[in-house]
Amino acid sequence: MMPELSLNILDVTQNSVTAGASLIRISISASTAEDRLTIVIADNGCGMTEEQLKNVTDPFFTSRTTRKVGLGIPFFKMAAELTGGSFQIESKVGEGTVTTAVFGLSSIDRMPLGDLPGTMTALIGPSPDIDFLLTMDFDGKGFVMDTRQFREILGGISLAEPEVLTYIRDYVKENMADCRMNF
Amino acid sequence: MKSLAELAELREKMKSSVNMRQDSSDDTRVVVGMATCGIAAGARPVLAAFVDEVAKRKLQGVMVTQTGCIGICKYEPVVEVYVPGQEKVTYVLMTPEKAVKVVQEHLVNGNVVTEYTIGAVQQQEKK
Repeated sequence: MMPELSLNILDVTQNSVTAGASLIRISISASTAEDRLTIVIADNGCGMTEEQLKNVTDPFFTSRTTRKVGLGIPFFKMAAELTGGSFQIESKVGEGTVTTAVFGLSSIDRMPLGDLPGTMTALIGPSPDIDFLLTMDFDGKGFVMDTRQFREILGGISLAEPEVLTYIRDYVKENMADCRMNF
Repeated sequence: MKSLAELAELREKMKSSVNMRQDSSDDTRVVVGMATCGIAAGARPVLAAFVDEVAKRKLQGVMVTQTGCIGICKYEPVVEVYVPGQEKVTYVLMTPEKAVKVVQEHLVNGNVVTEYTIGAVQQQEKK
């Protein structure tokens, strides 16, 4: 079990990294009026075949070889459906994969978003050559974090440098606080 | 609020030290297991503690990175430390506190924290 949605995001986005994506877009939008929290993870990685796509929510289906179970996607799906939400994956070989999880924002069973800044640095640090685009919106107020923009400013300095990662974490944290994203 | 100008300042500050080491094959690598098992067991705060401590001490040539499931899920969070020219060290059942100690003792002082290694933990279990 994952006690925070940001841990699900970290886990599921690792699949995009493994799929060889060069750009991974994570979008998190919440609306009090619609009582919805929507998380979309979209990549331009290798995509999945129809056979893989059909089995992807089955915990006893995995592409890894170290063991026979794969719980990342089933956990994320369960977390969404427990809140009266929905879960969907679309994928095309050679084009990429889009994972969409919708949550009931005020549902008592909805886990908190948790440490999203920590998730972003845990994703970017180990894969500094992949670009990440994080878009967040809460009741119409939001911000964007784009590693392509960071990369341009940094010149040749790697996103994996610990001091750069600390900056990125604080950047996300402070923007979230500014938009009062406390869900 | 963090501005992009701050990142430009950081770049200027780092430029001199980073440019001095072009060859990353000499880097020490700290590899954190970040599959579902690792994440569920608390790998993210462990990775964050390594990044923070390395940044705080301004250690040069240390990269903190991740790997998938290496098949010893019951020992997660698992961290492997590769120092060039030395044997790989596998630390198990890690916490952020233990991570700080590994940076201090292993990465800075060069002494493996034996009590956190998989060998020591398995010995302890047999008793």
